[in-house]
Amino acid sequence: MRVPILKQGEYLIATVQAGSGDGDMTQLMHDVSYQVGSTRARGVVLDVSALDVLDSYSTRTLRTIAHTTRLRGATTVIVGIQPEVAFAMIQLGLGLDGVPTALDLEAGLRVLRLELDTRDAAAPS
Amino acid sequence: MEALAVPIRTEADIVSARHTGRRMAAELGFSNSQLTMIATAISELARNVMTYAGSGEVLLELCDNGARRGILVIARDEGPGIADIDLAMQDGFSTGRSLGLGLPGARRLMDEFEIVSELGHGTTVTARKWASR
Repeated sequence: MRVPILKQGEYLIATVQAGSGDGDMTQLMHDVSYQVGSTRARGVVLDVSALDVLDSYSTRTLRTIAHTTRLRGATTVIVGIQPEVAFAMIQLGLGLDGVPTALDLEAGLRVLRLELDTRDAAAPS
Repeated sequence: MEALAVPIRTEADIVSARHTGRRMAAELGFSNSQLTMIATAISELARNVMTYAGSGEVLLELCDNGARRGILVIARDEGPGIADIDLAMQDGFSTGRSLGLGLPGARRLMDEFEIVSELGHGTTVTARKWASR
């Protein structure tokens, strides 16, 4: 099932559904990467709150999405990692390699706002 | 005791294996955290089967050691086998396209963990997690 991507102002919001597989995540990576260009979005929120497992493969895909969109000029924030999932990730030895995270969608949008304001202040257009 | 074999051929089978394992383990009174750890370990082991052997199976069984009940997870394949198990158990070591955390990570998530592998004949990983009483 393809992950739907919503546009909200200068942000893209993708909510990953429970049971999304590797193929869906790879598709999401391509979709987000292209839509950052077509919508001129500057920030992306990936909501993973519906996922009950983040194994090493799906974590790597999330990291790849974040790093790819970074190369496209947009910032990605991952939101909604469940407490049990976070605990298992640490046992597994997984982190997100500096990709910003936030508790939920609302907090994620705040993180993006702050980041973009900082960028705008540093390089006013 | 309930036992189920989940054939692993596609990515959907990995999801199916971890859902089945979580559902079975949930009957034993594991906490949500422990259930997530079990599901994550199954996911890693099933993923290894698919990545390195192409196909195989994950066997899930409720077990009992007299004092405690637990879940037994056996992931087996008839793939190329592991040349150096000690090396494969090190964090960050990978011959495939992965983070190299699958086997050592799965061991940390479970209570008991054993690998038997013969080059050219396949690999069997046996892991257990016990529910606290």
